[in-house]
Amino acid sequence: MIDTDIHNELPNLDVLLPYLDEHWHVYLSESAFVGPGANDYPSGAPISAIEGTSPDKGPPGSDYDLLVKHIFDDAQTDTGILTCGFRSGSIHNHDLAADLSSAVNDWQIEHWLDRDDRFRASIIVPNQNPVRSAAEIERVGDHPGFVQVMLPVRGDAPYGNLRYDPIFEAASNKGLAIGVHFGGAPGLPPTPSGWPSTYVEEYVDQAAIFQSQVMSLIVEGVFDRFPDTRVALIESGWTWVPSTMWRIDKEWKGLRRDTPWVKRRPSDYIRDHIRLTTQPTDAPKHNDIDQLNQIIDQLGSEDILMYASDYPHNHGVDPGAFLDAVESDELKQKILHDNAKQFYRL
Amino acid sequence: MAGSPQTQTNRSAEKRTQQTMIDCDIHNAPQSPELVRKFLPDRWKTYHKKYGGRNYTGSYYPRAVPNAARHDAWPPSGLPPGSDLDFMRAQLLDEWGFEYGILNCLAGGQLNLEFGAAYARALNDWQVAEFTDPEPRLKASILVPFEAPDLAAEEIDRVAPHDGFVQVLSTVRTSEPMGRRKYWPIYEAASRNGVPIGVHFGGAGGGPITGSGWPSHYIEDHGGMPQSFQPQITSLIYEGVFERYPHLKFVMIEGGFGFMPPLMWRLDRAWELMGDEIPNCEQRPSDTIRKHIWLTTQPVEEPDKPEHFYQLLDQMDMDDRLMFATDYPHWDFDAPDLCFPPGMDPAVKQGIMSENARLLYGLSPTQD
Repeated sequence: MIDTDIHNELPNLDVLLPYLDEHWHVYLSESAFVGPGANDYPSGAPISAIEGTSPDKGPPGSDYDLLVKHIFDDAQTDTGILTCGFRSGSIHNHDLAADLSSAVNDWQIEHWLDRDDRFRASIIVPNQNPVRSAAEIERVGDHPGFVQVMLPVRGDAPYGNLRYDPIFEAASNKGLAIGVHFGGAPGLPPTPSGWPSTYVEEYVDQAAIFQSQVMSLIVEGVFDRFPDTRVALIESGWTWVPSTMWRIDKEWKGLRRDTPWVKRRPSDYIRDHIRLTTQPTDAPKHNDIDQLNQIIDQLGSEDILMYASDYPHNHGVDPGAFLDAVESDELKQKILHDNAKQFYRL
Repeated sequence: MAGSPQTQTNRSAEKRTQQTMIDCDIHNAPQSPELVRKFLPDRWKTYHKKYGGRNYTGSYYPRAVPNAARHDAWPPSGLPPGSDLDFMRAQLLDEWGFEYGILNCLAGGQLNLEFGAAYARALNDWQVAEFTDPEPRLKASILVPFEAPDLAAEEIDRVAPHDGFVQVLSTVRTSEPMGRRKYWPIYEAASRNGVPIGVHFGGAGGGPITGSGWPSHYIEDHGGMPQSFQPQITSLIYEGVFERYPHLKFVMIEGGFGFMPPLMWRLDRAWELMGDEIPNCEQRPSDTIRKHIWLTTQPVEEPDKPEHFYQLLDQMDMDDRLMFATDYPHWDFDAPDLCFPPGMDPAVKQGIMSENARLLYGLSPTQD
């Protein structure tokens, strides 16, 4: 079994000091900066931790031994894809964002990847600065433990925008996937009509941002400029994919002359280039198997879904519950293992 | 009514669908700025002449066609699409045999809120004079300065009693999520007057159309509407608007409806997990949606396989909440005889084509 969404988090910002220049030591201590606060998972909210995943010290996902026990011993995971949630993209000082990203990656190598080869990890980049992001991908992209570049779903522009080409070019050169993950705080509102009042509202709203990113990646031509690009949508929910395919295909039918580089139907690009992790599964009431089964059929591909626990987060639904709607053992095997193996080239 | 004899006989026999039909999204447009100014008080007449409208700028994507209109919707009179009543009668109402049509005039929000209120008032008076008085098949939407809810409520109280108006109109891109308390005076006025709130595709609230900044192409602006409607539904539900205003109804216009099942599933699950953050949202979100929210069908969902379309209707379980719309005179017009895949249950179809709208808007039958 491959688990494609496991959060390895910093116990605190001080663990990065060994990887940072002296200049930043002074800056961080004088400013009392404790890290970019995207508040993607409010620490006391039910979502932030499944029972038993909070260590004695530090946030859930920050205790190496506890995480190894839960993921490899208890859940019997063979390979775990780490998806560190450090939000460099929230730091308006691009130098600080870039150097902190590098430090996080060095910390991941030393404290996670080099300690257990069952882990793979995601490269943290300052996504608001694609040139510096590309440099970071260049710097650490050859480490065999890194399998993808992490972008928060909330950025400064949709990721198909030409400004992000250096990131996709560097990732393609290194054979890395792109992971677009729930969260981020670029300082722009998370909805087309401003800022929602509550966390739970913002949480729900992020599914629509993933839909916007899918649209952008396809129609702005990322997959045509960089045909090797593979994108994982992580913690995005996935039952919205069929209706999004119908909608983008229909838009393309009417307006494709505006984006002549898009040669095939958008849903074909999705099936070829985009994968989704399975936690959370936004399932019908009482996990209605027939309706969930319809959605799986509507995806039109058995290769799209990749199993994830989203450890240590709690979405109120067991990560494996949706598998009851998967009828064939072959498809189960693909979701639990083969799709991720192929996607991440493990 | 006075359609030209030529178009009345043209193709209609084959194109009519043998059932009553109500079109829930027709765009009427001013014939000229001068004509609307006639309805403005002097102060604002001068203002509008000198400074024009002030809207959120910098969010424009050149459209596929001028005025987003069908090529054949430019009237022979030379007026803009949607502004020539005779031509609208001939090309839409008579041609297809619509029993009623709901007008959604898209005038654009104004940054100068006092002018916006005066302009909405002028447009409402213009709609009565130019459309609903001369053509009883047409019912209009009340234009309001949505970002100035106190003024919007005044305008609702002023014109809602007129039988030419059947709903209040907003565009989906408001400045804040629609459930926030800023907008409650509008909902209170709508409840008081017994009119639903129509939320239409488009508009500009001052921010980008995605939760991740500005996209590059018109296809993303036009195609970004489902992503604009979802957060608005979420906001209305989670802020407890329908618990506060139990008789309030919303109509989501031109946003599509394929996103509804997964959105309802997500809303329910997140509410089960974190409902303690939103105690005003007392009822299960999907139950509240099915009770209080209507949706128009255009642009209709088009899965490759017809059975997927009917799976969608089944998952939504809102057959009595879907209402047919053409979006005339815009380029992405849905034709009543072709837009749904074959195989729709006749009773469901009758509801979607006319009866759901008849009940919601209180339109009396005019045909046997």
